[in-house]
Amino acid sequence: MTTLVPLTVAVPLLAAAVIAAFGRFSPAWADNVVATAVAATVTVLATILLVASAHHDTIHWFSGWTPRHGVAIGIAFTVDPIGAGLAALAGALMTAAFVFSWGYFEEVAHLYYTMMLIFLGALVGFALTGDLFNLFVFFELMSVSAYALTGYRIAQPRVLQGAINFAVTNTIGAYMVALGIALIYGRTGGLNMAQAGEALAGRRVDGLVIAALVLLTVGFLIKAGAVPFHFWLSDAYAVAPAPVAVLLTGIMSDLGLHAIARVYWDVFSGATADHAGAVRALLVGVGLLTALVGGVMSLLQADLKRLLAFVTISHGGIFLVGIGLLEARGLAGASVYVVTDGALKGAFFLAVALAVIQLGSCDELQLRAKGRHRRHLGLGALFTICGLGLAALPPFGPFLSKSLIDEAARGAGYGFAVPLVTLATVLTGAAVLRATGRIFLGLGPKREPLLSELPDEPAAGEPEAEKSRRARLVLLLPPVALVVIGLGVSFAPGIAARAVQQAARFQDRAGYADEVLRGRTPELPPLAPHRYDSADWAWGAVSVAGSLGLASLLLLRGRLRVLSRRTRFGLVWRPARVLKAWHAGAIGDYAAWICAGAAGFSVVWGVLLR
Amino acid sequence: MSYLPFAVAGWLFFVGLYGVVTSRNYIHLTVCLTVMQSSTYVVLLAIGYRDKATAPIFAGISRRARTVDPVVQALTLTDIVVSVVVVALLLSLTMDMFGRAKTVDPDEVRELSG
Repeated sequence: MTTLVPLTVAVPLLAAAVIAAFGRFSPAWADNVVATAVAATVTVLATILLVASAHHDTIHWFSGWTPRHGVAIGIAFTVDPIGAGLAALAGALMTAAFVFSWGYFEEVAHLYYTMMLIFLGALVGFALTGDLFNLFVFFELMSVSAYALTGYRIAQPRVLQGAINFAVTNTIGAYMVALGIALIYGRTGGLNMAQAGEALAGRRVDGLVIAALVLLTVGFLIKAGAVPFHFWLSDAYAVAPAPVAVLLTGIMSDLGLHAIARVYWDVFSGATADHAGAVRALLVGVGLLTALVGGVMSLLQADLKRLLAFVTISHGGIFLVGIGLLEARGLAGASVYVVTDGALKGAFFLAVALAVIQLGSCDELQLRAKGRHRRHLGLGALFTICGLGLAALPPFGPFLSKSLIDEAARGAGYGFAVPLVTLATVLTGAAVLRATGRIFLGLGPKREPLLSELPDEPAAGEPEAEKSRRARLVLLLPPVALVVIGLGVSFAPGIAARAVQQAARFQDRAGYADEVLRGRTPELPPLAPHRYDSADWAWGAVSVAGSLGLASLLLLRGRLRVLSRRTRFGLVWRPARVLKAWHAGAIGDYAAWICAGAAGFSVVWGVLLR
Repeated sequence: MSYLPFAVAGWLFFVGLYGVVTSRNYIHLTVCLTVMQSSTYVVLLAIGYRDKATAPIFAGISRRARTVDPVVQALTLTDIVVSVVVVALLLSLTMDMFGRAKTVDPDEVRELSG
């Protein structure tokens, strides 16, 4: 079984090299077939590893450099079900993106497939590695291929600006990660996460350990797009070609959060065990802020891609809350949420690309009432299902995940987080449902001065040719498959209980170290069946009803006249304008925010963790 | 252990970040990023440094000879290789930007906002 582990990364990287070398001689469809087959293979391999790792991690030491007397010199991939699940999600999204690309691009250079496969290899490696420096290399590899893919269909300066903002901010994040890893190595002499964690455990937390924790957390939060490090994300995801954006929104940001969980539990948790409260408070606080800022900003967009970018930010905040609660149920909820929500966001991005093809734009206001024809019924249904799914419709995937996070929050004394998380799902669900109502039902005013519109020109990087009927069917297939995955995961028998069990194993640092360094398999945590309680159902109903209500209010408010002009100006206009002014697309400002955010983390943890 | 290399690394990181924040030219901005990156080399090499030690090449010297840490040197090399790619990509994006927008000033390209 352990021989399968390196294949998950080696297969896509080798295929990328082969396509780069021979792609110019082969027809484009052949490249696509090879790439799709490779992505599907990775999905299958990761799923096999997911099942095989249910009782103990699947560990592969490269070139057989196994640890001697508890000291690891070699590099290991340590596969646990959560990491394997994320790798499988990456493979599934990539498969969907390739199938979609087949009907989507008129002509596409073979290097597109090369870069996508490198991206896939990097995503999988990042999810599975057990070595800190390896983590950094995969971090950079997935970043670089993502920058190149974002600027892939260069048509307008806005695409280039998005790609450059993405590259600069994430590179700063990568340097922070590198510095943090260097400090850990200097202190512990180990790059293996388990070994570094063993060396730090039980010792006093000093300035150096705090500096490393801050650098690593902030570096990964930049990738995850947490407030105030999120500005690049809305710029980059709004201009990336649809098949690329599926990967960015569905898995890449969330892997940043997974890395925080991984590094915290495997490396730092032994050292900071006495101060877990401070870690929890800051991570949950940042998560809630991110969820709400992203939610409000998503309501202020008319460009559907940018809208979805802010949905990604907002839901990333919810995942951060789940991880930051430092509870098995929270981490389990966040992990299942990443899969279900990732599939739904990917499906919605593809639906937006279909709207561009069928209706001619991805701007909500320009598209008003353009989808009312019966021909667009299927697309409208897809939009509606995605919107309701993002609003955590019971009893589907996101609802299960959100309930787990809510239960963890109540258990950890963070009960106030539950309404705030629900507010975030209300806001993001309402944003998608409002756009659906305007496009497919023709509701709402024609002009909304508060919404950021797209310039009235062909959408960035999107092909505009009429598609044949056959191509349109192929294009509909991947988003529908992703919706089925996203909504259906919750019906896998015992998934919640197993997720909690695996999360508890993930959080057991000593057990992980025993397993990696000494080959001893720790006992499995008990498997407790999961039941929804009445509060879960109530909050689920609030979330869906709130989303539908808010969307209707925003579309029909002209007829209702709810607020006076002055109240509207003070309560809505001015704050919205201020919030939007911060997202100005200026790279200098973004770097300054990163600096300020990192300083904030240093001060809070510097004071509280000693 | 001397604190000087760490102070130098901190200085490089922040002076580079200052450059990124205030930059009015994408090429200048890319160079500022490489200045920030230099701080990671300095930290890595400082961590592996030992007094009165030689390079970690064991051909022709005693196996008991005192050497500096080879791991961080390998890490530094990897770091350089990875970051060269980033710099090359940023510069090519800048070239494209100049080709389309006829400017390399971030403040003059404000297509994404709000």
